[in-house]
Amino acid sequence: MNFLELRGISKRFGGVAALSDLDFDLAVGEIHCLVGGNGSGKSTMIKIISGVEAPEIGGQITVAGHTVPRLTPVESSALGIQVIYQDLSLFPNLTVAENIAIGCHRNLTGLVNWATVNATASAAMARIDVTLDLEERVSQLSIAQRQLVAICRAIAADARLVIMDEPTASLTRHEVDALLALTLELKRRDIAVVFVSHRFDEILEIADRVTVVRDGVKLGTFDARGMTEGSLAELMSGQSFTYATAERAIPRDDPILSVEKLSKAGDFEDVSFELYPGEILGLTGLLGSGRTELALALFGMNPPDSGTIRVDGQPVTFKSNRDAIEQGLAYVPEDRLALSLVLEQSIGTNIVVSVLRMLTDRLGQLRRHQRDGLVDKWIAALRIKVSTPDNPVRTLSGGNQQRVVIAKWLATRPRILILDSPTVGVDVLGKDGIYQIVKDLAAEGLAVIMISDEIPEVLYHCDRILVMRQGRLTSEVMAHRSSEAELKEAVNA
Amino acid sequence: MRNVWHRLLKSQELWLGLVVLAMAIGLSVLRPNFLSLQNGLDLLSTYAFNGMLVSGLLVVLISGGIDISFAAVASVAQFVALTVGNAYGAGWVELTAISAAIGIALGAINGVLVSTLGIASIIVTIATQSVIYGVLLTVTNGQDIFTLPAWFSTGFEIPLHTDPDGTTYGINLQIIALVVSFVVAWVLLNRTNFGRQIYALGGNPEAARRVGFNVFRLQVLVYGYMGLVAGLAGLVQAQYTQSVSPTALVGRELDVVAAAVLGGASLDGGIGSVSGALLGLALIAIMQNGLALLGISSYWSPFFTGLVIVAAVASMASRARKRWRESPGLA
Repeated sequence: MNFLELRGISKRFGGVAALSDLDFDLAVGEIHCLVGGNGSGKSTMIKIISGVEAPEIGGQITVAGHTVPRLTPVESSALGIQVIYQDLSLFPNLTVAENIAIGCHRNLTGLVNWATVNATASAAMARIDVTLDLEERVSQLSIAQRQLVAICRAIAADARLVIMDEPTASLTRHEVDALLALTLELKRRDIAVVFVSHRFDEILEIADRVTVVRDGVKLGTFDARGMTEGSLAELMSGQSFTYATAERAIPRDDPILSVEKLSKAGDFEDVSFELYPGEILGLTGLLGSGRTELALALFGMNPPDSGTIRVDGQPVTFKSNRDAIEQGLAYVPEDRLALSLVLEQSIGTNIVVSVLRMLTDRLGQLRRHQRDGLVDKWIAALRIKVSTPDNPVRTLSGGNQQRVVIAKWLATRPRILILDSPTVGVDVLGKDGIYQIVKDLAAEGLAVIMISDEIPEVLYHCDRILVMRQGRLTSEVMAHRSSEAELKEAVNA
Repeated sequence: MRNVWHRLLKSQELWLGLVVLAMAIGLSVLRPNFLSLQNGLDLLSTYAFNGMLVSGLLVVLISGGIDISFAAVASVAQFVALTVGNAYGAGWVELTAISAAIGIALGAINGVLVSTLGIASIIVTIATQSVIYGVLLTVTNGQDIFTLPAWFSTGFEIPLHTDPDGTTYGINLQIIALVVSFVVAWVLLNRTNFGRQIYALGGNPEAARRVGFNVFRLQVLVYGYMGLVAGLAGLVQAQYTQSVSPTALVGRELDVVAAAVLGGASLDGGIGSVSGALLGLALIAIMQNGLALLGISSYWSPFFTGLVIVAAVASMASRARKRWRESPGLA
């Protein structure tokens, strides 16, 4: 039996078709994954199901047997459709109990019965075996715990369908596993789940069926059994991405960066390695293995206790990242939204923000010509898709935002570029673009350290790979002499 | 239980309460008449106007906004109410209704503007303050009203104590209004869905919208409530000063904002409590009263008020930073 059916749903924004004549079925208690690139129409589809957007006239939405031309947010919620947005939409200043039972406050003129609020929240948590301190403020919770609160809130609202929009983008692998288990728990209780993710491994792990959309058109709904990550990527982008390891000739005579017996209590221990100009060095390992801590140490933001860092053979001590930048290092952090980009500022400003000092004259005035030239140069070099560099960065897709971050750091003319998880939250097409950029940069002589927990990513796009476990470098392999299986073994051993 | 202690130790209220207590003890040692019934009642009546406004502003701050126009609103309300009172011989009920209606109307205008224009509330209410005050000055020519209805001037008092020389002290209109305004604010914020929606709105406006709260209506009600409190406070203050003065109230905004912020209300919205606001008010009142009792010129009062605000806000910020260090990204 179907819980939800969409028939002939279209949506236009201005003159642009975001969705064209879409049909979609969702069975009761089914886990249905939505796959599509940035701007493919996934979000529009979710907004139409949740009632935030109205479809064009002529379409039909059937929920639990009722057919209507459109839904309002209130109707959608009353029919048991709950959306868990990427930002989770929680109230950080309120307690766990109140966040879960926020529906108790819906009637503006009513009085609060705190016993009912607590009972509602406890009941929702009990239904899916979650334990959280009811009195804790949500601002004090981890991201994973906040996600549980958001799911409990959907349960408390009697959800029959929970839509999760990229729920795993900011979770650790361990937390992702817990979330996937919870999703299966929802399914056992006959609650359907629409799951949006860019991570094909997760999708294949839990999905019953997968619907692929591209450019506002549904390409099909497929049984998840029999699908592979490769076939999903191909369907989604219309291109096939097969990567292979390659041996590139890199003169390994004079290292540009060498690290000797670098240690920091609790973070990493006795780390030694070399990096050569033009080389792409992969650094992989489980989350918490010390990868990011090591990268921050190289970038002057996490001073090591002992050991030596040499740039061009000269020992260096970084008191802050300013010293590191001076020595030609650049670091693109994992959390580009929080740490790298000012989303409301223009694309151009974001690109030049780290080199403003080089663009001002003696009076401190910005040399506008030079600034615009630099912006245009990097937009062209990294093929960032923009209508104008004056638009805020927020208007770009994940892949293009990541390019802006890379451009920002390349503008400092680094000789060593550290990329921490550069493709998180970026769709396959965007990923491919970033790999190409990194390879082009390396071909021009830039030394790159690429940190990632995705094994294929380091294997097929790096020359040499270091594996880190519990703060130590446990193995080093040449990519062209290794395989996914061997690396996986080394990471998890 | 341990959790409750943990939370209490981290709360603004506890530290503020200790500071207020220390100041009160210090003052009563230096000047024993600080603890007299007379001084206590005087203090409550003097700060009734500011206190009522703090209770109203707290609601606006929690909703994520701010209101700067309340003193102008109070001035208009007392002027219109007592002009009508003088001309038509109106009674308590009429005067209260007029003040309340003017306050609600002007407040609701603020709410509509804030909600529909999408401009920061501080800008909107500075503008409306200026407009309201300008009209008031033009209409009144800046003249005070000194002749008030006799029944209004007399007011009422529940006597608690009579001096040997025959002067009585007791609970008056100001003290009752002050207490009622804080009790109402507490009930509103903690026991009604309206109050909880205000907290939710201040904590995450987008989420409040998604949950299905009517944000427009909520904001109009919040600023309307602030206006209601300001209108009534204007009337109560006119009774206290035995006059209506178009120019006496405007300029007090900062003291009111200061008390609310000292009490832990966040200018970012979502955070604040009635007990905190009460303590913030007490801190400023006791400090200013203490300066007077110690014989320090009243010209120093703004100086010390400023110092206290900087100290309180700095301590709040440093504790927020500490929390951030303990769990980055989650503060």
